[in-house]
Amino acid sequence: MAMNREESDKLIQEVLAVYPEETGKQRAKHLMANDPELEKSNKCIVANKKALPGVMTQRGCAYAGSKGVVWGPVKDTVNISHGPIGCGQFSRAGRRNYVTGFSGINIFGDMNFSSDFQEKDVVFGGDKKLDTLISEIDGLFPLAKGISIQSECPIGLIGDDIEAVAKKKAKEIGKTVVPVRCEGFRGVSQSLGHHVANDSLRDWVISKRDGKEPTFESTPYDVAITGDYNIGGDAWASRVLMEEIGLRVVAQWSGDGSLPEFESTPRVKLNLLHCYRSMNYISRHMEEKYGIPWLEYNFFGPTKIVESLRKIAARFDSTIQENAERVIAKYQPTMDAIIAKYRPRLEGKRVMLFVGGLRPRHIVGAYEDLGMEVIGAGYEFAHNDDYDRTFKELQDGALIYDDATSFELEAFAERLKPDLIGSGIKEKYVFHKMGIPFRQMHSWDYSGPYHGYDGFAIFARDMDMTVNNPCWKNVRAPWKPAVSEDEAAAA
Amino acid sequence: MAIRQCAIYGKGGIGKSTTTQNLVAGLASLGKQIMIVGCDPKADATRLILHTKTQETVMHLAADAGSVEDLELEDVLRTGFGNVRCVESGGPEPGVGCAGRGVITAINFLEEEGAYEDELDFVFYDVLGDVVCGGFAMPIRENKAQEIYIVVSGEMMAMYAANNICKGIVKYATSGSVRLAGLICNSRKTDREAELISALAAKLGTQMIHFVPRDNVVQRAEIRRMTVIEYDPKCNQADEYRALAQKIVDNKMLVVPKPLTMDELEELMMEFGLMDEDDETIVGQTAAQESAGATA
Repeated sequence: MAMNREESDKLIQEVLAVYPEETGKQRAKHLMANDPELEKSNKCIVANKKALPGVMTQRGCAYAGSKGVVWGPVKDTVNISHGPIGCGQFSRAGRRNYVTGFSGINIFGDMNFSSDFQEKDVVFGGDKKLDTLISEIDGLFPLAKGISIQSECPIGLIGDDIEAVAKKKAKEIGKTVVPVRCEGFRGVSQSLGHHVANDSLRDWVISKRDGKEPTFESTPYDVAITGDYNIGGDAWASRVLMEEIGLRVVAQWSGDGSLPEFESTPRVKLNLLHCYRSMNYISRHMEEKYGIPWLEYNFFGPTKIVESLRKIAARFDSTIQENAERVIAKYQPTMDAIIAKYRPRLEGKRVMLFVGGLRPRHIVGAYEDLGMEVIGAGYEFAHNDDYDRTFKELQDGALIYDDATSFELEAFAERLKPDLIGSGIKEKYVFHKMGIPFRQMHSWDYSGPYHGYDGFAIFARDMDMTVNNPCWKNVRAPWKPAVSEDEAAAA
Repeated sequence: MAIRQCAIYGKGGIGKSTTTQNLVAGLASLGKQIMIVGCDPKADATRLILHTKTQETVMHLAADAGSVEDLELEDVLRTGFGNVRCVESGGPEPGVGCAGRGVITAINFLEEEGAYEDELDFVFYDVLGDVVCGGFAMPIRENKAQEIYIVVSGEMMAMYAANNICKGIVKYATSGSVRLAGLICNSRKTDREAELISALAAKLGTQMIHFVPRDNVVQRAEIRRMTVIEYDPKCNQADEYRALAQKIVDNKMLVVPKPLTMDELEELMMEFGLMDEDDETIVGQTAAQESAGATA
């Protein structure tokens, strides 16, 4: 069981007492005990605020949000890391956003280009170098459909006019060239990078076919999947279900997605939004400009999948609705079998989550399908509208932590003694050393997909093999007393 | 009608802020709706309109609030004489930080927050002396200011600066739609000043849109943190600023300037006696050497 509200509040006070007064006062606004009755979060939790110095926040930057999250998964585009080499080097390879195709022929997201800024480029400006670089990329990879310019910090500081370069080069090479103002110092976390990247897609990509003849024949069942980055194949596992209920997926934003797909999206009938935090912006824009409604859904675990399939089908005619029921019935035995296998091994296990801006709420249902309970959840970069959506997903009294500090995460884990922690790579080894089973919930720990019916089978297996892994019996931090022989024999 | 966006450049200390505010007050007295965006960390582009020392700036407010995303438009926008809306970008103390980024951040903020409302007739950017980095060129990028006025006087350095600014304009004019709209001569009472600036304007391919004579009433008004238009609307100088305002309203002459080479510029100055003919024999000669040479 999660702690009740009183116990959670007491724990929060104990943790806050360790901070210097001012820090404690600020951090207090980011921690709370859940009340599922709450509708609005703005009175009870502060979110999307600058992290305090010295707390070791787990957040990233706007460049990470644009290059790593939104643009990185696009397959037919070469992304330029524009600036000194470090950002480009350390953001290589991305988040295992799977794509189909052949590298250099029809996929280019795996190419790494940096303008490798030097002292002289800062002093004299980098526009000429960028101009040359774009020509070189076009020469090397003539089949790439477009190029994006991911700004690193110095670009914004020296005031280079990358928009003018983009416009000029687009004309010259006859391709889409997108300038993205995702300088890392902007905003308080990677969240602003998502927003900036959404805006760049709005201004430089999807408007390109405005007022032109349609390039494909529409059907009443055209949809786009937005906010799915195809980590470990997530978007594919979702897409097959959309198709199975009779919808036509015109575009995937942006996992395994492409520029022509994005340009086609203004003609769909409904945008299906998985990650609200990172793509609500473009969804709202398409609603305002093209009148396309959008619908949030959740494909983690059978309970939420069933709910979501029905919710999606309800937006279409009876054919789709009947299809949805048929699909739900078809997969139910498989899901029942998975639950029958794993639930006895996971029943009652307690989970603490700390992920980006969506999963701490979206994945709760999948754990509950396995009989597990989420006793604490927090986001790195959520906004208040994310917390509005979180309260009803969590149990009463569950601990909620916004932009948790390293200290808080450790202190909460020590007190709550969870059976599993789901968080990111930076947190992973701390908890391993504490002897707590851990799953990397940003990139699924090199596994996945976790979305859809296919994904749930993998999710259940992964959670079981982590929580019930015999290795945890042998893990003891070096500073803890050695295992006695009796204990060892018992283990 | 679309908003006309104008940027005012010119050598430091030439009187850009004073001229801008007086001319904006002149436009306001013609019934125009205007916003001034101060793009200088000194933040003195709006004091005569607002009767304040310095307005609270976007960057300082953002620093206090945590980040610029935490600000609302009404936090940074003040309204003063003639319903003129005023914003100061602000920036660091001299010698630290990055003032150019302050300008970029402030202008992006104004755009995103919808400060460029439809009822505006004019936006004026009052920009730091020289276009020292990309940040100070922000106001003249595409979709921003389309008209540039350079404040200049008959002094040599002011004309050098004006010519350099024209070089910057050429760069942005070729990639966008920004154009030079004229030179405003803010008189320093040098010899044949109006004639000289008209000649410079002609060589640059533009016009001297107005000659603003020197008048102490400007200083008297300034001490009271007021524009002349407000302080003494009946005086001659007020008429001059209103005349400038009317000329800007009617101005249709927007050009890509043709900056002068250093030789051409010096030739012009020699023609007007601001500079002597180059005498190669005196280069590098100290006073002692010269007098020794004279006696030899």
